[in-house]
Amino acid sequence: MAYSDKVLDHYDNPRNVGSLDKKSKDVGTGIVGAPECGDVMKLQIQVEGDTIVDAKFKTFGCGSAIASSSLATEWIKGKKVDEALAISNTEIVEELALPPVKIHCSVLAEDAIKAAIKDFKDKNGSAAPAEAQKA
Amino acid sequence: MTNPIYLDYQATTPVDKRVLDTMLPFFTDAYGNAASRNHAFGWVAEEAVDTSRAQIASLINASEKEIVYTSGSTEAINLAMKGVGEMYESKGKHIITCLAEHKAVLDTAKHMEKHGFEVTYLQPDKTGAVSAEQVRDAIREDTILVAIMWANNEVGTINPIREIGAVCREKGVLFFSDSTQAVGKIPVDVEADNVDMICFSGHKIYGPKGVGALYVRRRKPRVRLVAQMDGGGHERGMRSGTLNVPGIVGLGKACAVAEADMEKDIAHSNGLRERFEKKIFDALDYVFINGDENRRLPGCSNLSFAYVEGESLIMGFKDLAVSSGSACTSASLEPSHVLQSMEVGDELAHSSIRFGFGRMTTEAHIDFAAEQVIDAVKKLRELSPLYEMVQEGIDLSTIAWTGH
Repeated sequence: MAYSDKVLDHYDNPRNVGSLDKKSKDVGTGIVGAPECGDVMKLQIQVEGDTIVDAKFKTFGCGSAIASSSLATEWIKGKKVDEALAISNTEIVEELALPPVKIHCSVLAEDAIKAAIKDFKDKNGSAAPAEAQKA
Repeated sequence: MTNPIYLDYQATTPVDKRVLDTMLPFFTDAYGNAASRNHAFGWVAEEAVDTSRAQIASLINASEKEIVYTSGSTEAINLAMKGVGEMYESKGKHIITCLAEHKAVLDTAKHMEKHGFEVTYLQPDKTGAVSAEQVRDAIREDTILVAIMWANNEVGTINPIREIGAVCREKGVLFFSDSTQAVGKIPVDVEADNVDMICFSGHKIYGPKGVGALYVRRRKPRVRLVAQMDGGGHERGMRSGTLNVPGIVGLGKACAVAEADMEKDIAHSNGLRERFEKKIFDALDYVFINGDENRRLPGCSNLSFAYVEGESLIMGFKDLAVSSGSACTSASLEPSHVLQSMEVGDELAHSSIRFGFGRMTTEAHIDFAAEQVIDAVKKLRELSPLYEMVQEGIDLSTIAWTGH
């Protein structure tokens, strides 16, 4: 299978790899996927006010899954929480030129963003805007 | 050393120079049709085909008249299974095979199911092996064929063929073994090993692609087949079609070389595997051998690198040509049916890589490969949320995952 240059670039130089303190109140953690399905993404955000000031990820999965989550952290950093919620998997598919068989990787990345934001909101009551929480 | 390094000897092998040199004159000079009885071109071709038959027969301790040339193992498997099915269906319509077989066997069995046959699919143990007792328990009054592979193409596990054959013989059931991975690699003796039909391909044993053979026993018992290809009645009516003379010459020579060099080849491939696995196990934790460590094909090393996914690993092995049992390398999104049948767990199936070493692999290849594997696994484990959790002491089985 041939990978796009962008997938290869994210694989070779993944952005924002790492972990934030999941116990911290301003950190939201989303873990999606399952080991037996061959992909698990952990995406974390650190929020100040309503802005995502930092994002980190770790991914178990194929190159496209790694690239999708790496790209997701790049995109959400500096965005308002609501803007991040609006990111859809089709944008990731386009940016990385994912083939049909890899679309689920982009879906997982979208789910990971939404799960991280939901976790942050759950931790902070209704402090943040509360629409469209369900991944 | 040229990159990428080929470490996929279970998929196919390079043609040995000795084999190629033997084949070449049959393209340009001795190009006759082996079925042409009226002139020297035909006689020369026929003689070459007969020489190959003798070389093949010698390697597996068969008689020359028991060798049927085919285009490869897939065709031979179809001929053996469907041919026996059609010939003996009045005796019964039950066949026995195993879930870890190659798709060529499984898909042929599925085809036969559509035509009224009943198939029992034996579940291999966690090493991928089937026991003679399992076969014995599955045989019924109406069983006409047992089809169990000699050695598994993904994990390299070698089945107890002689014991399974003894059970089949005792019960009067024909025994076919897909021996594509075994012939030329390990000793195969159709008499001592109690098989009635076996098949193999030239390209797995340093011969050309597009040629193979089916061994069909002629005595005790005599196996009869219904041809699956009708035409000029070649190969004693079992497989019509003009013989691929250069290919057949190559197959014969490959068998002769394999017979002469077998001990040396086995020692070489096993030595390389030992060197490779030692380096890997010294450098990495959570690595598992798939298959039977003590009964594996020479040079076959199927490893699961827990907490990293196979396709991403292969992306990391930029200069290595290897195969993965991960779903993501196939269009199906299902991990390897062999590893699934062995119940190693889907998670480890997704993390599996098959390395295959052979005649042309060198120690320098192994050292380079081991280094690249170790680097890639370490890098991807840095990226792996699962590895992080395990390091933190979290039991992954206690987590409620959100499958998709």
